[in-house]
Amino acid sequence: MANDPLVICMGEDIGVAGGTYKATNGLYDKYGPERVIDTPISENGYTGLGIGASFLGVRPIIEIMSVNFAWLAMDQLFNSAAKVRYMSGGQLTAPVVVRSPGGTAHQLGAQHSARMEKVFMGIAGLRVVTPSNPRQAYGMLKSAVRCNDPVFINEHELMYNMKGEVPDDEYFHPLEGSEIARDGSDVTLFGYNVSVHWCLQAAEILAKQYAINAEVVDLYALSPLDRAGIAASVRKTHRAVVVEEAEAAVGVGAEVIAIINEESFFELDAAPVRVSATNVPIPYNHTLEKAAIPNVDDVVAAVRQMLGK
Amino acid sequence: MNVADKKRLLREMLFARRFEERCYEAYVERKIGGFLHLYSGEEACAHGVLDAARCGHDYVITSYRDHVHAIKCGADPKKVMAELYAKETGVSRGRGGSMHIFDVANRFMGGYALVGGPFPLAAGIGKGIKMKGGDEVVICFLGDAANNQGTFHESLNMARLWELPVLYVCENNLYGIGTRIDRSTAVIDQYKRVSGYNIPSAQEDGQDIEKVYKAAGKALNHVRSGKGPYFLELMTYRYRGHSMSDSNAYRSKKEERMWSERDPIIMLRDRLIEAGEISRDDYKAMDTQVLDIIEQDVIAFAEASPEPRVDELGKYVLAENDPWVYGGGR
Repeated sequence: MANDPLVICMGEDIGVAGGTYKATNGLYDKYGPERVIDTPISENGYTGLGIGASFLGVRPIIEIMSVNFAWLAMDQLFNSAAKVRYMSGGQLTAPVVVRSPGGTAHQLGAQHSARMEKVFMGIAGLRVVTPSNPRQAYGMLKSAVRCNDPVFINEHELMYNMKGEVPDDEYFHPLEGSEIARDGSDVTLFGYNVSVHWCLQAAEILAKQYAINAEVVDLYALSPLDRAGIAASVRKTHRAVVVEEAEAAVGVGAEVIAIINEESFFELDAAPVRVSATNVPIPYNHTLEKAAIPNVDDVVAAVRQMLGK
Repeated sequence: MNVADKKRLLREMLFARRFEERCYEAYVERKIGGFLHLYSGEEACAHGVLDAARCGHDYVITSYRDHVHAIKCGADPKKVMAELYAKETGVSRGRGGSMHIFDVANRFMGGYALVGGPFPLAAGIGKGIKMKGGDEVVICFLGDAANNQGTFHESLNMARLWELPVLYVCENNLYGIGTRIDRSTAVIDQYKRVSGYNIPSAQEDGQDIEKVYKAAGKALNHVRSGKGPYFLELMTYRYRGHSMSDSNAYRSKKEERMWSERDPIIMLRDRLIEAGEISRDDYKAMDTQVLDIIEQDVIAFAEASPEPRVDELGKYVLAENDPWVYGGGR
């Protein structure tokens, strides 16, 4: 925002109140109401407004308070932002950034606990990234705001308090690719966003207790997925487990396993598996809520079963 | 509006009518595919409003019934027809079609096929104008039935709240696809609906181009002066069905006859004849000339143009070689 006067922030409660998760804290005082815009509770409307402004070179960073509310903005995001470059034959682009936290937090109930990345990553013309740590969150936002495509940044409500190293110098994280979060040789655990941390914890347990050396691949870009990176890790470990907080159906795991089949089927020593949520609306009851989504133990169990240990 | 302007607008509207009716033929011949929504009968709305605006400078956005607005903004009719023919030479390179005519060089920001979709986009263009400090306005043309979408209410609220330079033009043709307005809408007079957002508005006869021009001038003055949005409702009628797949059986012959007696082109023509400014023969010559251009220039160009290449199917999905995708490094 300091570099480019056409970068603006928009969203519910992001200005005077500093944002529900304080992601925009202090910006209102620094840049004022024309650039740090408290919007009415009209998700489709203000998302569309940001898209229209981006046609003229404005770079809106649109915060949707919860990904559950982003359902309401899907019309403008999918029908306008994602398609306008194509249907105009390249004349118009919608370089908006939409940030939104999803995920199951603490007993927020069915309408505040959705994971929606599976829906966004199926839309041609839209980039989807999802940070697993502060370095990625910082660098991805800086790249996304400069990128000429619409970018959806899938965040997680439980990760805003996470502490981590961020480069001292200006840092731009790629919007495509994947990262090896832990080097390994026996099995690849594919994770993204919060599930990267489950994979890393599971890998430590597997190493200490079962002498299994797991590789963890952080799929920080969900659209497009890193086909080459996925195939390279499977060629190395010959086994794959995909870990996602969302339900299995039509999800990240389904897509990653399809890519493994297409790119490296004959490298496999075992059928790839998914660790994912039960297909239910997320319940309010804490015990049921925990039972609905996977955890570190589920990852460990899946790997042990695959390796017969 | 002086006589020269009236004559020019008569010719422009006649061209639009003949263009649209030729599209009808081409669709029947299967030269044009998909959905096709024709503007015949509503010509005075786009021409009256846009003649009062600065085409090519002010931004314009509309729905799927978009050919005529694009041409009035400056789009080459040959390229619009080529788009309908799905050719690479089309305004949107054959990727858009009838519902997605774009000519951004002339600030025609496109036709959009979700009813009510352009309401917030127009408000956003207004925000962009304001941020960049320009003297442009944005004009958003939509039909009456779009006003029953949530985007209407969400966008008008924000446009007024932030005083955005948007002229919303409601082309009220009395039908939302096949459902008459009184069967779908609790408030029949659309201009009254925006009073809830404290937006000034007016209702005008959309068949009389002189009245449209005058009302649009007043509306545009309001928007240009920085007072925020304005809503202009124009009462009009489409002769064809909603789209080519519409049987158009829901309207009475009596109603259609009543509106055809108030045809915007005939009204202006007769006014010019009565004033002695043109003769019937002049009009016939004008019509012949328009038909010749459409056939020998517009249709011939569309017919002769190449189709897009299949190996370019994936072009225009995402930006090509955007360095920020790779973290700015490559």
